[in-house]
Amino acid sequence: MKAWLAHHLHSLKIAVETFRAAPVATLFTVLVIGVAVSLPAGLYVLLANLERAAGGVKPQAEVTVFFKEVDEARARTLAASLRKRAEVAAVQFVSKTDGIKRLEVAGLAEVAAGLPENPLPHTLVLTTKDTTPAALEALAAQLKTHPDIERVLVDSEWIKRLAALMQLGRDLVGMLIVVLGVALAAITANTIRLQIYAKNDEIEVARLIGATDRFIRRPFLYFGGIQGLAGGLAGWLLVLAGGLLLEASVAQVAAAYGSQFHLAGLSLQETTLLLLFSTALGWLGAYFAVGRALRQND
Amino acid sequence: MSAQTLIEIAEVTKRYPGGHEALSNISLTIASGEMVFLTGHSGAGKSTLLKLIAAIERPTSGHIIVNGQNVGRMRRPALPFFRRNIGLIFQDHKLLYDRTVFDNVLMPLHIQGVIGHDAARRVRAALDKVGLLNKERARPITLSGGEQQRLCIARAIVSRPALVLADEPTANLDDAYARDIMDMFRAFNEVGVTLIISTHDQALIHRYGGRKVTLAYGKLVS
Repeated sequence: MKAWLAHHLHSLKIAVETFRAAPVATLFTVLVIGVAVSLPAGLYVLLANLERAAGGVKPQAEVTVFFKEVDEARARTLAASLRKRAEVAAVQFVSKTDGIKRLEVAGLAEVAAGLPENPLPHTLVLTTKDTTPAALEALAAQLKTHPDIERVLVDSEWIKRLAALMQLGRDLVGMLIVVLGVALAAITANTIRLQIYAKNDEIEVARLIGATDRFIRRPFLYFGGIQGLAGGLAGWLLVLAGGLLLEASVAQVAAAYGSQFHLAGLSLQETTLLLLFSTALGWLGAYFAVGRALRQND
Repeated sequence: MSAQTLIEIAEVTKRYPGGHEALSNISLTIASGEMVFLTGHSGAGKSTLLKLIAAIERPTSGHIIVNGQNVGRMRRPALPFFRRNIGLIFQDHKLLYDRTVFDNVLMPLHIQGVIGHDAARRVRAALDKVGLLNKERARPITLSGGEQQRLCIARAIVSRPALVLADEPTANLDDAYARDIMDMFRAFNEVGVTLIISTHDQALIHRYGGRKVTLAYGKLVS
């Protein structure tokens, strides 16, 4: 047990010494791994933030109802009856006159004044409790059949598009994780391969005097794992730095939309997962590289 | 022969890819505690025979039993544990130049999980036996040829193997150094270590006596 521990510590020491022997080369490898890690991680963060931002907007998904030429009282009655329906969250009634006022407020007073008579219909803006496109459309379909209603506009298209885009983004993240995960393992395997060349004598002697494959492999595994971990940390830092750089401009955009939105980085859990993942891939890359070298030396 | 058989080589042939036959139908028995000189011209198959005994290479046909284990059929994971019972001494030393004399000798112990004071004590005992105790902090590259060979011997005996195989241990050494090394081998043999030493130095064999096995063109001559 003590010897086992001592050997693990020794392997760790050898791995660290290998790093110190070639700091520049190691730094570059770590940086390359960092970039490889930061791409899916960064995209993931971007997506999570978009989803959060979209989540804040979602309840505003709405159905707009334009009345035919009916008097205001009749329109208001229908509005009141809709308000009582279970699936409806809110109903806002905008009368002909309110409509014109809104135009004026929006800076189109001259246009409004130039009109011989008010051409705007009475309007309802409905929001549903269930904001999925399906629920909105179901309500819209019912309303369309009402004799007093001229037109129903469903504002769900953009939600559908956003949902589709989000799904695309998620697929992209998944794909990047797989592709760059393989790249990470390959980068590690390659650096380990070069080290094996450099340590060929040592490996040969160790085998001749009775070292097991496991004994020979262990320092390389530590090296691969540590390099993966360092690369993961570098990737995490890149994502963090990117977030900080964008923070100010995102806040500006959010302010322009009257929102308090702030960028969120990776959570502690996500960070841990990222580091574990990159460490495991480094380890795996080393395992394959050494395994191959050991078989070739037979 | 009253002594216990340590190595049994039966009808062993070793053919390398390409058709060169390094050993042809060799049969040989070596008892525990023997000191055997393996001799013959360059390319006679001395090194190949030592490699087969240490399971560094496998015979094309025939079998080799060392200490009751069939070396030719040994499975890969068992090889390291088998080799720990054999001290190997190489003509080119195979020392590691990136570490001290002490660390070179420590390596076999380290591989076997011997650590700490016990390991250090055994390393110093082995270095003392070959007369390199005062050089433990030196790098092997700073040692003379004879000293490097002695260091290789210290590494081979530090784990106290019952069998030592030496491939041309005195080939590059002048006479005084060669005698030094042979004296050491004889001392090991006197405490019960079985030695197989390959050499083409007939004068040396003549001086030290012991059993002589001669190979010529891959065949056993005597």
